[in-house]
Amino acid sequence: MLRNELSQTILEVKEITKRFGGVEALRGVSFKVNKGEVVGLLGDNGAGKSTLVRCISGIHPPDEGEILIAGKAVKLDSPMDARKAGIETVFQDLAIIPEFDVVQNLYLNREILSTNPVLRWLGWLDAKAMAKRSQKSLNRLSSRIPSLSEKIVNLSGGQRQAVAIARAVSWGAEIVIMDEPTAALGVEQSAQVNELIKLISSQGVAVLLISHNMQHIMETCDRAVVLYQGRSSADVAIRDVDKNALVSLITGASGSLLAESA
Amino acid sequence: MSTTTSSLTRSDWAARLLKPQYFIYYMFMLVLAGFALFLNDTGFFSLANFMNIVRQTAPITIMAVGLSFALAVGHIDLSIGSVVALSAIVGAILLQYVGVPLAIAGALLSGVLVGLINGFLIERLKVSSLLITLGTMGIITGISRQVSGLESIPIIDPLFRSLLGNGDLLGVPVLLWWTLSFALIGYLVMNKLVFGRHLLAVGGNPEAARAMGLRTENIRIKALVMCSLCAAIAGLLYAGRMAGARYTLGEADLLTVIAAVAIGGTSLFGGRVSIIGAVIGSWLMGLINNGLILSGFSTDEQMITRGLILITAVAIGAREAKNA
Repeated sequence: MLRNELSQTILEVKEITKRFGGVEALRGVSFKVNKGEVVGLLGDNGAGKSTLVRCISGIHPPDEGEILIAGKAVKLDSPMDARKAGIETVFQDLAIIPEFDVVQNLYLNREILSTNPVLRWLGWLDAKAMAKRSQKSLNRLSSRIPSLSEKIVNLSGGQRQAVAIARAVSWGAEIVIMDEPTAALGVEQSAQVNELIKLISSQGVAVLLISHNMQHIMETCDRAVVLYQGRSSADVAIRDVDKNALVSLITGASGSLLAESA
Repeated sequence: MSTTTSSLTRSDWAARLLKPQYFIYYMFMLVLAGFALFLNDTGFFSLANFMNIVRQTAPITIMAVGLSFALAVGHIDLSIGSVVALSAIVGAILLQYVGVPLAIAGALLSGVLVGLINGFLIERLKVSSLLITLGTMGIITGISRQVSGLESIPIIDPLFRSLLGNGDLLGVPVLLWWTLSFALIGYLVMNKLVFGRHLLAVGGNPEAARAMGLRTENIRIKALVMCSLCAAIAGLLYAGRMAGARYTLGEADLLTVIAAVAIGGTSLFGGRVSIIGAVIGSWLMGLINNGLILSGFSTDEQMITRGLILITAVAIGAREAKNA
């Protein structure tokens, strides 16, 4: 896959630390993600991946360190802050409402209201406008969602993942964080999600991918950042390593390997 | 959340017609036909009797709409019956000193207050709404009994009694107007307004709602205020129709209202609400009550029936949840 905007750093994390009581979950994590790049975030259980994701998505603001978006330091105190800064997170549990249909989920808390001033004041929803625009953003992702008025409970795992990714991208996110997007999926559906990840990265969106699945990382990522005991211990280009090398980095067997891959 | 089951093309029309959300309509028709057959010499099947049922059921219907708001966010409100009495007593006492508008405002305020207290306690203490509202139910009932001295407080104001009780507008009883207005408001809020959308989101998946930036605590408190406010309105309608307030008003309504809402297809665990179902459900409860009375059954047997209906409705809902 060709990438021509690799030089442009969109997300930079500098020396982030995070403590929960006496426990230091993150003890200095630094890495960069370029525009349109897919970066795998690896690490054993308890290495700090989830905490790091929560810091970047505004759920747990870091204690120390900086997060820079396109070179500018940002303060992310809430998920809304992160969203405004252009960071969307596709959570492991997807953060979708099962009883809602696709459009209702895409527009949750960003609903389009009626143009009539009185109805607008009442909070009257413009269902047609939302359906129309959803169709557009889903077309762009060429995804396999059967119908926009289908409730999420009636969709497969892969389709749910597609809805969550579509929601992230349709809001003009420049950075999409995905937490184990294929963990609950079968082989075919995982492949569909991988396709989707490649598609959005080709559109210039940076993807930070958390996964336990080495195959998945090798197939989709350009680069991998490895966390070990709360620190960023390695930063490698995927084409330079194989699965075994990654595994030994995750388990800490091959020590530190911090190469600037700019 | 199960990711394994995916039934995308459930196009079998038989399965469609048997969908649980239609259950209420079949049940309604069945009960109506049954009573019409058995009671064909009693005047059951007459417009006058149906109007009578709708008027008697008006407070139940409005409480059912209100409870739908609480259920939408995943709460239950057991205090609604006690708010009925409180609101009626507050209204009746205020009427002795001030005019109708202020008396109504005071009664509604008492409802809003209870809703706020319920909401704050649930959110602050992070305790289930079931327990908190069970507690406030006891407190409010005690207050109503004490304030009223276990006496009825009569209401003689003709405007109050006609506006909230036995008046007519364009040949239609005001109680039917009230019922339809609140049913319409409830329907629009749940289905057309962003507020209802957020209520259902919070009830459907609170973590997801929070992750999408919704202020879930505020939304849940608002839902409980709406619920309590509707109970307060129901209290005023009782006071208007009965021309007085008594601490026993609404006492036995909790079971009826929960049964009506449950049979109407609203999930008792949040996230799925049918306002139309709640209205039809409350009319079904009224219909059954009326039919049982005309058949010569006692209040005890009516209560047993209500209990059975609630259990049936919950059983259907639970089966559906497993299949989903």
